[in-house]
Amino acid sequence: MEMPRPNPQVIARKADLIERLSRVLPADAIISDPAETRAYECDALTAYKCPPLAAILPASTQEVADALRICHDMGVPVVPRGSGTSLAGGALPTEDSVILGVARLNEVLETDYENRFIRVQTGRTNLSVTGAVEEDGFFYAPDPSSQLACAIAGNIAMNSGGAHCLKYGVTINNLMGVTMVLMDGTVTEIGGAHLDAAGYDLLGLICGSEGQLGVVTEATLRILHKPEGARPVLMGFDSNEVAGQCVSDIIKAGVLPVAIEFMDRLCIRACEAFAKAGYPDCEALLIVEVEGSDAEIDEQLETIMEIARRHNPVELRQSTSAEESAKIWLGRKSAFGAMGQINDYMCLDGTIPVSQLPYVLKRIGEMSGEFGLDVANVFHAGDGNMHPLILFDANKPGDLERCEALGAEILKLCVEVGGCLTGEHGVGIEKRDLMTDQYAPEDLSIQMAVKDVFDPKWLLNPAKVFPLASSEAHRIAAE
Amino acid sequence: MLKPESEADLAALVAGADAPLHVQGGGTRPIGGPTNGTPLTTSALTGIELYEPGALTLVARAGTPLAEIEKALAAEGQRLAFEPMDHRGLLGTTGEPTIGGVIAANVSGPRRIQAGAARDFLLGVRFVDGAGRVLRNGGRVMKNVTGYDLVKLMAGSYGTLGILTEVSLKVLPDTATVATLSIDGLDDGQAVKALSRALGSPFEVTGAAHWPHAAQGSGRTLIRIEGSEASVAYRAGELQAALAGFGEVAFSHDTAANRTLWQDVRDVAPFHAQPGDVWRLSVKPSDAPGIVAQLSGAQALYDWGGGLVWLRVPEGTAPDKIRQPVDAAGGHATLIRGNRSAGVFHPLPAPVAALQEGLRQKFDPRGLFNPGLMGQAA
Ligand SMILES: Cc1cc2nc3c(=O)[nH]c(=O)nc-3n(C[C@H](O)[C@H](O)[C@H](O)COP(=O)(O)OP(=O)(O)OC[C@H]3O[C@@H](n4cnc5c(N)ncnc54)[C@H](O)[C@@H]3O)c2cc1C
Repeated sequence: MEMPRPNPQVIARKADLIERLSRVLPADAIISDPAETRAYECDALTAYKCPPLAAILPASTQEVADALRICHDMGVPVVPRGSGTSLAGGALPTEDSVILGVARLNEVLETDYENRFIRVQTGRTNLSVTGAVEEDGFFYAPDPSSQLACAIAGNIAMNSGGAHCLKYGVTINNLMGVTMVLMDGTVTEIGGAHLDAAGYDLLGLICGSEGQLGVVTEATLRILHKPEGARPVLMGFDSNEVAGQCVSDIIKAGVLPVAIEFMDRLCIRACEAFAKAGYPDCEALLIVEVEGSDAEIDEQLETIMEIARRHNPVELRQSTSAEESAKIWLGRKSAFGAMGQINDYMCLDGTIPVSQLPYVLKRIGEMSGEFGLDVANVFHAGDGNMHPLILFDANKPGDLERCEALGAEILKLCVEVGGCLTGEHGVGIEKRDLMTDQYAPEDLSIQMAVKDVFDPKWLLNPAKVFPLASSEAHRIAAE
Repeated sequence: MLKPESEADLAALVAGADAPLHVQGGGTRPIGGPTNGTPLTTSALTGIELYEPGALTLVARAGTPLAEIEKALAAEGQRLAFEPMDHRGLLGTTGEPTIGGVIAANVSGPRRIQAGAARDFLLGVRFVDGAGRVLRNGGRVMKNVTGYDLVKLMAGSYGTLGILTEVSLKVLPDTATVATLSIDGLDDGQAVKALSRALGSPFEVTGAAHWPHAAQGSGRTLIRIEGSEASVAYRAGELQAALAGFGEVAFSHDTAANRTLWQDVRDVAPFHAQPGDVWRLSVKPSDAPGIVAQLSGAQALYDWGGGLVWLRVPEGTAPDKIRQPVDAAGGHATLIRGNRSAGVFHPLPAPVAALQEGLRQKFDPRGLFNPGLMGQAA
């Protein structure tokens, strides 16, 4: 992966930088010893690594602002970091960059049930936001599988989603306001406890901007009362195409489940070995979940199971207890980890129109044969967000390259059928160079013009999202 | 009135323009400061280009009449879940609302509180920028984080960043039954508390409004639930029990009548034949009654559980009088009907205003699109 050449002048002034930062941050918030900066050399895309010049861990918006101002004045690139679970290399440092980690910003600032929001510092983990309100019956809806570890900061930067976003939406649909510090240290407040922030929808723009527009330190999030109950049903089919057709039919029928998840045989076996969820051994499995009271659940599932029956399922079984449901979801949410235990894999994240599911699954199967690499599929079928996992052997020379080539072909297929390169993991460095397959040069140039406005010096996470060749003119103009 | 017949014609027209343009769809929503450009309408860019009920997506050209889209959706038992308001009754305008106008003004109705705003259902856009380039962002899939989200930025930018030519939308199934629970006689403060209780329950309230002068001069508080008949009946019972402390909770499951009622809530019907200026406030729900109480001579209608307040005040009421209490509490106020030269949109904090102006200069460097409309320098 090509990265911009580190700026030797910045590296040469490291001592000066650390000295200046130490005037605004406590000593234990600055990490500059090369033995310790290694801890920040990568995120969950571990194929790429590079220790940063330094890492800082500010504990307040003011400290973030002070530190950013110093980096801005000295021309030092800054890579914001939440929990480092990005699968796209979004938090990958460069040699001349400072990692700004928000892990110490983890307070709950305000909980308001009457107005249904919670205000938190963004280093707080996704699951602990729900943790702060669940005793009172509330929850924060977006539920990425990494929710135990990932931070709200990263969720906002990547506009993360989860299995239940078919009903509740992704991060942006649940984000009401942010405090964001611009690269020059300016603190901005956008939105708040009211709906639809004034002026242009900057919230919509910031969410998903991968840490390139500002450092988000606080967030106002919508919370909801938990549903009375939820129940998944397992549907096994003997072909991927039939399962894909069933998904489309369910959606068309007018009952909208909270989640429709898909797994193919490779994944089913790995997840079953891991979670003992009682998944059937078949070609394709759907987990469909609905919510409500028991009677409401029965009513919805009746319609949904009737549709499934028309597709001759090899298995059709409702969960009969809370424990069984928890196991069914544990299996699904551990899919990446479970696959990782049996093989090296690369996880893709394209989205396609749901109507194209059967065709795309068929093509992926053919391409897998052509490249000689197995592909396991596990994904959010209800909204067409696919996660093909390409299995390879990291120790076998040439396998990673072949795997990356197949990955690129699959993502191009997603674009070809009317979809996109990434549904929830973000572009980062991983899909950066494919952006020209989805967008024309002028479509990218208007996006980069947005970065020019927020970060005129192109210091915030500059090597991500845009192909280096496309962003070169902007980066040079910024110097 | 300029009326380009195609996206390409529009792009050429913009590229060759040397004076400001006043961009509109059907012209039914004259919101924003006065703008002096040559009128240009997108109303010739029409047609639903793609509608896949099984994928819950619809793609239409920006000038497509909203009515045409709603009809196509109804035929498949689907709808625009954000239920865009029709401004004609309130503003006394005529003409045909277009989908582009709905998106440009980010127009949402009562269901915004549960389902989301227009921008939450916008999946992709095509637009012509100030240089006359045809640009694309987003797509037609439900989850997309490929690059920056200019889709949401375009929603609610009132044509000041670009002229929309095509929009892709997420649509949702319609529901069989629409029911309303109502409580009479609550004052504004109690009403917002009752609505909060309902919205903070697991019973999926899709509308939460309060009309202070509906029931013989006293208030009527309205709660909508939608779904299958059995589910609606069950949730109505649960909500009646939960709200019993607020007074008698009446239940109506006359779906047709309830559709009309919530259309009236959506369109601010009680203010239609009434004189005066109309303001639209977005605030934290529990702050709303206190803000209204500070404004003597104002009549209010509450939606979104209190978070949206429609205010009718005497004609020519100074904007500061409305904005001051809103500023003190947090939120924003927009003048929807009245003398628009005194400033329509809520002033932004300096750093945010600077970002907004910076964006405008990138998207429309020559200042062609609706100058003055969102308060920027003409
Ligand atoms: C096992 C596993 C399962 C996953 N499942 C899902 C899933 O179901 N759905 C999903 O959407 N994602 C999933 N992910 C991806 C990942 O967890 C998300 O992208 C997550 O939101 C990243 O959060 P983080 O705090 O770890 O961010 P990081 O990895 O630290 O950073 C991610 C991006 O955010 C930026 N950033 C961090 N903090 C800030 C800040 N304060 N201000 C501005 N920008 C900032 C970074 O620069 C970077 O670009 C999964 C990852 C793993 C490893």
